[in-house]
Amino acid sequence: MSSLTIRNIRKVFGAVEVLKDIALRIDAGEFLILVGPSGCGKSTLLNILAGLDTATSGEILIGDKVVNNLSPKDRDIAMVFQSYALYPNMTVRQNISFGLEMRRVPKQEQGEIVDRVAKILQMAHLLDRKPAQLSGGQRQRVAMGRAIARDPQLFLFDEPLSNLDAKLRVEMRTEIKLLHDRLKATIVYVTHDQIEAMTLGSKIAVMQGGEIRQFGSPQEIYDRPADLFVAGFIGSPSMNFIKAQAVEDAGGVGLQLQTADGPFVLPLREAGEALRPRMGKTLILGVRPEQISDSGTVLRTARYAYARKFRIELVEPTGPDTLLFVRINGETVCCRVRPEQACAAGESMELAFDLSKAVFFDPDSGKRIG
Amino acid sequence: MNSSRADAALSPPPGKKLRDYVETALPKIVLGPTLACALVFVYGFVLWTAWLSFTESRLLPRYDLVGFIQYVALFENDRWWIALKNLAIFGSLFIGICLVTGLLLAILLDQRIRAEGFLRAVYLYPMALSFIVTGTAWRWILNPGLGIEHLVRQLGFETFTFDWIVTPGMSIYTVVIAGAWQSSGFVMALFLAGLRGVDDSIIKAAQVDGAGPVRIYTRIIIPSLRPVFFSALIILAHIAIKSFDLVMALTGGGPGFSSDLPATFMYVFAFNRNQIGLGAASAMMMLLTVVAIIVPMMYAETRRQHRG
Repeated sequence: MSSLTIRNIRKVFGAVEVLKDIALRIDAGEFLILVGPSGCGKSTLLNILAGLDTATSGEILIGDKVVNNLSPKDRDIAMVFQSYALYPNMTVRQNISFGLEMRRVPKQEQGEIVDRVAKILQMAHLLDRKPAQLSGGQRQRVAMGRAIARDPQLFLFDEPLSNLDAKLRVEMRTEIKLLHDRLKATIVYVTHDQIEAMTLGSKIAVMQGGEIRQFGSPQEIYDRPADLFVAGFIGSPSMNFIKAQAVEDAGGVGLQLQTADGPFVLPLREAGEALRPRMGKTLILGVRPEQISDSGTVLRTARYAYARKFRIELVEPTGPDTLLFVRINGETVCCRVRPEQACAAGESMELAFDLSKAVFFDPDSGKRIG
Repeated sequence: MNSSRADAALSPPPGKKLRDYVETALPKIVLGPTLACALVFVYGFVLWTAWLSFTESRLLPRYDLVGFIQYVALFENDRWWIALKNLAIFGSLFIGICLVTGLLLAILLDQRIRAEGFLRAVYLYPMALSFIVTGTAWRWILNPGLGIEHLVRQLGFETFTFDWIVTPGMSIYTVVIAGAWQSSGFVMALFLAGLRGVDDSIIKAAQVDGAGPVRIYTRIIIPSLRPVFFSALIILAHIAIKSFDLVMALTGGGPGFSSDLPATFMYVFAFNRNQIGLGAASAMMMLLTVVAIIVPMMYAETRRQHRG
């Protein structure tokens, strides 16, 4: 297993800059997620890492070796594809041993490796089948087996779960996580699914428009998103953004908010310290749905909170939680409460803002303040 | 059928009844004539030919059965054996060369080259010609006094000889050349379609697995083209067995009857030499050859598909 360093990678197709100065580094054994909406350049970056595409400029290091000019086979990587990419004319056994054969591993050793991999992935009974005789989940398993068998420096996963149905996707996700814990492998994993990103990654790079918007641990990205894009992309339901004016409030900073029942000032207390220079200006409050909940729960757990009665416009039960929608400053704001606390649409109930984790954004640049 | 008739009985508007009837019967009306034609002109005439092959018909058909006399005569006929030998040579070389050049051209064209559409058309165009035109053109090209031999000698190589077309043992190979020239492009188009159907990520996976371009083709892509090979083989095999016009235009079966194929043999005996019975027997042998080759292949392929 090796570390991976990406230095100032740029990729230009004609006049279009697909990747703009990408730089990041992960240590050996880390699980890096490249996440972003389609067209953000994440798959191009993965192909460049694999050597299937070339960067216009920049350097890629696997371990401390620059691999820019190496062909895919000399980079000591293994890749798992969205469409599985199994060789249709070969049995599962041949699919797994093909890469070993190409690397001139002795026949007997090949057999041992295939058996070991089949045991890890519990697919010994599938070894003599052709890919066409396997289900989607089994094919994905074989594709992973093919990668594991090679014991590479670096694993690359290109949206491996996108073709599976929802239930299987969750199962395979757990399995990939277990596999990572077991193999201690360095993995780069591309996905557009933010839940996969949060659950699997030890590091996440959120990409948009050919740039890395934020690079950090999942919790860091969830709690302290760098900008509005990252804040809105990670988390489901996504973060509420409320545009409001910063006003003087009891010696501290407050936000001027407006509901159907009239205006009020949301006192920010410690959370508002960084906003002092922006007094009187408009900014964007970012608050996740679970940070606006029934006042009983919030007041018990939060370091500081603010409770008030709101009129509920819409109720969406999801099972474990119920989502309530209220209107603040003209925006629909989503709140997450325990089902037994939820009231009916049209009624009013007391909701509390947990302000200890609230974030603020500059409305012009979109960057987080503080 | 029953339900539509019941519907018609329930809703009596007069104009609608006819339209309903036409609507349900339309497929049958459209398919009817072609079905009738196929039954009469293909299967009917096959049966008629089969019947004739068991008679002593000469200039005109006669219908009293005499058993296998014509087949015995056929297999005692040296010219038939030459035709069969020629078919073996022509068939194997023609199919082999077409498959190899077709596959090669397809692979080269598949390298994302410029002007691919233009080149594809260039290679496909021979297919648009009839075998008669191909045969005539190649007769001139291969004519020692007119074509390649003449040209090379004029360039100064006075002893150059390329006279296969007038050499009894070699003339069948000129048929192979002309046939392969005409059909390779078509086989190329078949393979090209097959190559385009191969998932890109399979090739990427093989690259990452460490296979070079040659290995990727020989171990992964070409084996996955198996169904294309099968279709190409069937099409080429039946072209080879039926081959008639090409030989007629190119060599006329000559010199002598050294480049005869079963089809030209059949034509000569049935229509020039007034031996309809013998001609019918040779035609039946051709039919049986086609059946013998294609039926097992179809069977094997469909069974393979069922197994998945």
